[in-house]
Amino acid sequence: MALRKEHEIHKRRSGLNKGVGILLAAFVVLIMALTMVKVTSASFKFPDAQSSGEQGEQN
Amino acid sequence: MSDASINASRAYEDEASFGDYFALLKPRVMSLVVFTALVGLLAAPVSVHPVVGFCAILFIAIGGGASGALNMWWDADIDKVMKRTKSRPIPAGKVEAGDALAFGLALSGLSVIMLALAANVFAGAFLAFTIFFYVVVYTMWLKRATPQNIVIGGAAGAFPPVIGWIAATGTMSVEPWLMFLLTFMWTPPHFWALALFMRSDYDDAGVPMLTVTHGRRATRIHILAYTVLLAVLAVGTAFSGIGGPIYLAVAVVLNALFLHGAWKITRRDEDDSEADNFKVERSFFKLSLLYLFLHFGAILAEALLKPYGLGGW
Repeated sequence: MALRKEHEIHKRRSGLNKGVGILLAAFVVLIMALTMVKVTSASFKFPDAQSSGEQGEQN
Repeated sequence: MSDASINASRAYEDEASFGDYFALLKPRVMSLVVFTALVGLLAAPVSVHPVVGFCAILFIAIGGGASGALNMWWDADIDKVMKRTKSRPIPAGKVEAGDALAFGLALSGLSVIMLALAANVFAGAFLAFTIFFYVVVYTMWLKRATPQNIVIGGAAGAFPPVIGWIAATGTMSVEPWLMFLLTFMWTPPHFWALALFMRSDYDDAGVPMLTVTHGRRATRIHILAYTVLLAVLAVGTAFSGIGGPIYLAVAVVLNALFLHGAWKITRRDEDDSEADNFKVERSFFKLSLLYLFLHFGAILAEALLKPYGLGGW
């Protein structure tokens, strides 16, 4: 039997789906904020692309 | 209504909700983990960016919750026997044991990796060790093997302030271990008081709780012995780097009350306890909750007041 759109199972699962959706969205925002803090901190340094490239050529 | 539709609607009624998955994380235990880890992080002599600090506490909490889910997966057979635990999501039929295992493992991996990235690798590794200790050493190995299960299990619950400290500093020192010992020594009297008035639960489940293996008299004496050692440790901590006058005042008052409660428990026999439905044991258990909260609260107060020249000695 095909489930109709308004079947009870949709109501039961909507709470779980919404909860997971909100958590995933919050996780994305959190990682974004954490990345911003890390890359703007005084101790942050970008990897030295030029020297690693030279090492690659030597190998 | 056909049999098939009746069976289907029953299956939907038992379907897990968001709250059931949240309950797998043992939210009440998680609140203790969050609070003690936060105190460990803020008591450290290093300032942490609020976002990094928030992430560290969040992932420590998720790691604690993941170990709770794995504990419920392993202990589902005894949880359904005990009154206190039979309404948990797995014995209640809301969540499949395999789903709880997958949920716990996934959150364990996520929390360890994210803590290592957000704070430092040492903190992530220590969180991994804590989850391993709680799930494998305590839950799978020692919980059903020795009446000292609570003492050993207490160690797992005592690690969060150490992880919080490491997340802030990246190193280890004496102070976080004093916080560890505070929770470690507090756990046995706290749980044995509970076991005194929940004895039949552990009896039914076959868990070798001290009340079952050595009797109630021995348990009462053990509570007093651990409370005396805890009092020495708790008051002594006042003179360390995380202590100060506020902590000392709190520790002296609370340990006097706790010792008094333990002494009363020791002096009672079973007839006295049965007569008043374990009034003294229940009030000691409630006091134990306040005891730990206020000790860590005092450490936090000392740390927060230090920048204003008020905290510490």
